[in-house]
Amino acid sequence: MEQTAFRFGGLQQDGHNSPMTPVSPSGVTGSASAANFSDEVFAEREERLHALMLQAQAGDEAAYRVLLTELSDRLRAYYRRRLTTMAGDAEDLVQETLLAIHNQRHTYDRSRPLTTWCYAIARYKLVDFLRRRGRREGLTDPIDDDFSQALSADESDVTDSRRDLQQLLDALPERQRLSVVHVKIEGRSVAETATLTGMSESAIKVNVHRALKALAAKVRGSK
Amino acid sequence: MKTDALIDLLATGAGPAPRYAVARRFGTAVAFGATGGFALLLFTLGINPAIRDFLALPAFWTKMTFAAVLTLAGFVASLRLARPGVAVGNVKWLAAAAMAALWALALIVLADADPGTRVQLVLGNSWSVCPFRIALLSVPMFAASFWAMRGLAPTNQTLAGAALGVFSGALGASIYGLHCPELAPPFLAVWYVLGILIPTVIGSALGKSLLRW
Repeated sequence: MEQTAFRFGGLQQDGHNSPMTPVSPSGVTGSASAANFSDEVFAEREERLHALMLQAQAGDEAAYRVLLTELSDRLRAYYRRRLTTMAGDAEDLVQETLLAIHNQRHTYDRSRPLTTWCYAIARYKLVDFLRRRGRREGLTDPIDDDFSQALSADESDVTDSRRDLQQLLDALPERQRLSVVHVKIEGRSVAETATLTGMSESAIKVNVHRALKALAAKVRGSK
Repeated sequence: MKTDALIDLLATGAGPAPRYAVARRFGTAVAFGATGGFALLLFTLGINPAIRDFLALPAFWTKMTFAAVLTLAGFVASLRLARPGVAVGNVKWLAAAAMAALWALALIVLADADPGTRVQLVLGNSWSVCPFRIALLSVPMFAASFWAMRGLAPTNQTLAGAALGVFSGALGASIYGLHCPELAPPFLAVWYVLGILIPTVIGSALGKSLLRW
């Protein structure tokens, strides 16, 4: 169980390991080769995701989209393995973690493995979720809860969470909501949005930033 | 909400990520916190009038080195703990070494001293105010560094809060060292350490509630 946890991206948790160390020399034979093979897969994945992250951090939107999509698949697998009877919760957590990854991307140090950083965020969000859930469970009937979740666990490819984006957006302060709708949903440039709304460009950037922080807080609080 | 819709939302117009965010936030915090702490010393206790004489004493530099090394260790630990997946690392040994060195020095001094003077060496003339003054002078840096950490992503908030406490407490001790006339290692080993411990304990207690994200 713990072993698989460390294999979220193939690297250890403590952050001291260089991304390239797991690569084994080619041509190794015998019983070790299977392990070496998976090490190579993980190292190759780290290398690819790390490259995407650098492009994304530099402002490459397409690379960022590819990266987030790949990470969401990893995160989905990670959370489903740990929340076997709670498929809906797993997808909620995937989204919460994606928001956290975005909002905290300035804390990523490019000289360290990306997967270690993502894994630490995923694990933090999982622990946070379990703690909140534990607190709630003290108030409700646990048997009933487990039963309904066991039924819903059948829908194995849910990529939908139970929360509603429109509702979340509607709850934002007006200036934040407008900024997000124009820039993030309708894909307008910051300059265009500035002319449309009469806000300054820097105000729009700040509002988008605050809106995503507020969304993350709401997503966490709604559970 | 579909996860794909969320990814679209996040990626659209994302722009480049802020660079050097950890260094910049902590840089701002240090500018305000250190200036604030130093100003607080000047407006309340003032620098010791005999500071020029102190500068010639190795014991003064021992005291300041201890406080400075612990400040540095707390600072580096804070920077590391601000990032997901980065452990405290070797810097904890630097903090431990500073503590061990001071305590060893204190024991040597006590063992060497005339038994009748030992109590005086530990208590000095200001033991009852020293820890609180250090804690008070650490307040500006404490507040500023919590502000910095709140914009970052510590995954172990208790430890991160403690690191901020060590950092601001040791900085408070460095600042107080410019006023405090006490130089005996046994005094420092008890009361300076206690003064640093106050913000450390408060920091670790506040971490869970103030540093969540």
